[in-house]
Amino acid sequence: MEDLKVKVTDLSLFYSNNQALKNITMDIPEKKVTAFIGPSGCGKSTFLRTLNRMNDLIDNVRIEGEVLIDGVNIYDRDIDVVNLRKKIGMIFQKSNPFAKSVYENIAFGPRINGITQKSKLDEIVEFSLKQAAIWDEMQGRLHNSALSLSGGQQQRICIARSLAVNPEIILMDEPASALDPISTGKIEELIHDLKQKYTIIIVTHNMQQAARTSDLTAFFYLGELVEINKTETIFSNPGKKQTEDYISGRFG
Amino acid sequence: MNRNRKDIIIESLTGISVLLIIFIIISILAITIKGGWPNLSWKFLVEFPKDGMTKGGIFPAIVGTALMTLIMAVAAVPFGVITAIYLAEYARENSVFAKTIRFAVKTLAVVPSIIFGLFGLGFFIGFIGQNMDKIFNGGVMKWGQPSILWASLTMALLTLPVVIVSVEEAIRTIPVEMREASLALGATKWQTIRRVVLPGSVTGILTGTILAISRGAGEVAPILFTGAAYYLADLPHSLSDQFMSLGYHIYIMSTQSANVDATLPIQFATTLVLLLLTFSLNAVAVVLRYRIRKKAK
Repeated sequence: MEDLKVKVTDLSLFYSNNQALKNITMDIPEKKVTAFIGPSGCGKSTFLRTLNRMNDLIDNVRIEGEVLIDGVNIYDRDIDVVNLRKKIGMIFQKSNPFAKSVYENIAFGPRINGITQKSKLDEIVEFSLKQAAIWDEMQGRLHNSALSLSGGQQQRICIARSLAVNPEIILMDEPASALDPISTGKIEELIHDLKQKYTIIIVTHNMQQAARTSDLTAFFYLGELVEINKTETIFSNPGKKQTEDYISGRFG
Repeated sequence: MNRNRKDIIIESLTGISVLLIIFIIISILAITIKGGWPNLSWKFLVEFPKDGMTKGGIFPAIVGTALMTLIMAVAAVPFGVITAIYLAEYARENSVFAKTIRFAVKTLAVVPSIIFGLFGLGFFIGFIGQNMDKIFNGGVMKWGQPSILWASLTMALLTLPVVIVSVEEAIRTIPVEMREASLALGATKWQTIRRVVLPGSVTGILTGTILAISRGAGEVAPILFTGAAYYLADLPHSLSDQFMSLGYHIYIMSTQSANVDATLPIQFATTLVLLLLTFSLNAVAVVLRYRIRKKAK
């Protein structure tokens, strides 16, 4: 029905001897929003971080199984992690702009890719900010420190920053959990716009958010993928009892 | 009742200790200012010593101290920053190698300064310098004797731990979220260090540099055998020249002078200059830190 972007097969993750993810298998379609829900500690964020190999940074992590992105296993030996991460943007729970100007934040990615021409950088900055729907607010403040902005603006700057390296997939780890309802609404609108062009995977605590923003929803519990299905199916007619209990607020 | 009395005693003890410290600082300042200030003048700062160093100024000692600390900083800061980067970013916390480096840095910090002086004499002058003469100078003595270069390098070894510790601390204050943001954008580890970690550690690097300079400016023992001169009629013109230094100047005037009483005003004034120098360097460190922190907000 739709094109496959990410195919995960039998993925397990261990911290030392402690298994945090258990044999996860799922398909993630291209240019859709896939939401991961589940109680704290269920492994949804850990799983998200296996998709751009952010867990590589932690000592004593062992990963088994396969993650195919566009048919290529990203855990293959000859995969260049740096190039992989250029293809996959990541938005974190706590907005983390650099202590630089708005402009320099957005230009960071293009610069590390070797773009130095001012006009080209200007163009990318404007384009990225427009895509993140924050150009109008930022137009006159490009050279102000990104840290002087509000939390919601900072998060959208982070989104614009990740768009500037032209990713194909955007991973969002509870991107709105620290934001007020208005800023959250703007982020959700943005997610809706961005899925025209990007494959989006979002971890969220907020079930309404998953219901509002996503096409597919995956429910995780205790390191296992309980089920994944069309969002409306998960929320109206879940296949498993655990999922039903969770989304109806009986636990979690 | 009993409890209350204990509190009073402890409070008084801590209060007295604090007062004692303040008293000591004020005494040092008061004595130096009282003895030194009347003798301090523009001429004193820009003139050479005269009449067997019982008159005149301390210009060569000021220039010598400045040059020595400058060369020291040029050697110690890059070396210290690189070590700190290794310790904070690359070394595995529990690896034997990292533990060895940490142990070495800590040990270096507690080695008595006179030992550095002897080491400098043996290693830089006796080994490196004399071999340089043999190889490049046909055995003519140029580098195999005390000079501002060897004194500065010896001092650099002494101040290296100061630089390493303050830079490493600063690097560790960069939140992991910043590194992750950079890595997630496809930056390599080195790009992350150069573009995110180091710019965020500027305060620490500057502070470390200034603390090292203020420490180096005041130390005498390391340069005693490695380059400081009793008296020179000229300023150092090359790295192989000897130099005069403020701390050493105070030392020789108060112990080696033919007429110690006659040089007393000069001693006081020189001490005052040295104190002002180190205090103002520390003040600059404080201001810089404050400014950069404010800018980061």
